[in-house]
Amino acid sequence: MSLFANRIYSKTITSLPTLILFLVVILGLNQNIIYKDFDFIIHFSYIIVFFWSLKKPEHLGYGLIFFAGIINDVVQSLPIGISSISYLLLSVIGAFIRNRTIIHNLIYDWISFFIAILIVGSVNYIILISIFKIPIVYESLILGLFVTFLIYPIFFKIFVWIDNLVLVTQNDKKNR
Amino acid sequence: MGRDDLVISTRSIFLKKGNRQKFSLLTLIVVSIIVLSLEYFKTGPINQFRSLTKDAVFKISYFISLPFLSVKTAYYGVNDLLKIYEENKQLNIIDLNIEELKFENQFLKEENIRLNALIEEKTLFSDNYHVTNILLDQESPYLRSIVINKGFKHDIKIGSAVRNGSYFIGKVVGVNYLTSRVLLINDLNSKIPVIIEPNGISAIVSGNGSKFNGDIEYLPEKNQVEEGHIVYTSGADGIISSGIPIGKVTIVNSKIVVKFFADFDQIKYVKVYFKK
Repeated sequence: MSLFANRIYSKTITSLPTLILFLVVILGLNQNIIYKDFDFIIHFSYIIVFFWSLKKPEHLGYGLIFFAGIINDVVQSLPIGISSISYLLLSVIGAFIRNRTIIHNLIYDWISFFIAILIVGSVNYIILISIFKIPIVYESLILGLFVTFLIYPIFFKIFVWIDNLVLVTQNDKKNR
Repeated sequence: MGRDDLVISTRSIFLKKGNRQKFSLLTLIVVSIIVLSLEYFKTGPINQFRSLTKDAVFKISYFISLPFLSVKTAYYGVNDLLKIYEENKQLNIIDLNIEELKFENQFLKEENIRLNALIEEKTLFSDNYHVTNILLDQESPYLRSIVINKGFKHDIKIGSAVRNGSYFIGKVVGVNYLTSRVLLINDLNSKIPVIIEPNGISAIVSGNGSKFNGDIEYLPEKNQVEEGHIVYTSGADGIISSGIPIGKVTIVNSKIVVKFFADFDQIKYVKVYFKK
């Protein structure tokens, strides 16, 4: 591979978390599921922000998280700033857990993620209902958060793989 | 956990910028709260700035989603092709009397002209409209909406009717400079006054999130609504023109609902009506 191609590849790999987050918010990939009487949304962006804030905050800047939130609000037609607060709150919880724990494993992260999304969901619900008077079906919100919690391990494995990929790329860069 | 430990880690989380971080979390949370509080300003320069920001995000989002859209279009294209093939096979079997259908069509056309003259109704298509493509097709439990690439620069106003072909699909709820957001008829917050023909019964069609059916509310207790009756906009709100077809009455689980004529999965271009 030429030097230029190498550089592009390494840049793409190290920016992968940011690219994934922006693709999710720009394309509105937070998947809406309608099954019989159930209607809920899976928040992939919550998983991305929480995972990278907890594991490798240097790969996903807080400023970029803030902008991703703004874009998400515009695309989803929510009051601008609400998603930024949610994402940054997730980052705060992720950073707090990172600071207070030494050993990380899937189960511990998974439970922390559950608590984190419950807090963020509650803040979201309170702001949207009480300040902006946006009608939100409570069951739909809880169901969405629960399904997001359930799929966390799948994304955990994918992101750990991406993290390893980033590490390999960075090591290659150092060795050159 | 000691109190000092907690204070130190809290300070570290909120104020420390960390490796490759340009802003502290506290700064960004404060900025987010300020941005959120600006939502209260619905007029003036803040609103104009918000409108331009939305335009920019919608346009960028549209261009980035183009490759994904082409995959979606190809998928529906293949589906349509298969459907047409099946239909063609069926039509080959059925012996259609084309001449008879032509006469029937001519008769209905003439009857329609005569009835329109009778009720002195203005022609439904006298308004101006833009044919516009969809920038974003957004689905969430809170919102079923599309973003179109026409805004107040093109005389679009809040409440303007939006059609897919001849069928009503929603109304404009938010207008930016170059783009607008259309609330689809199947959104939970959508309430459209309608008239059900041939008995002329007034009701409200309310969205329930389904792509296929909408609820019919406020029907008279002793109504004569039957399966197959057609639902049109009544124009009772004074904004949307009357007589735009919405769907056909069907009974699902002994509940009267309207089955939409428009296929919300395959909307690519819409007609948005405006008055100069």
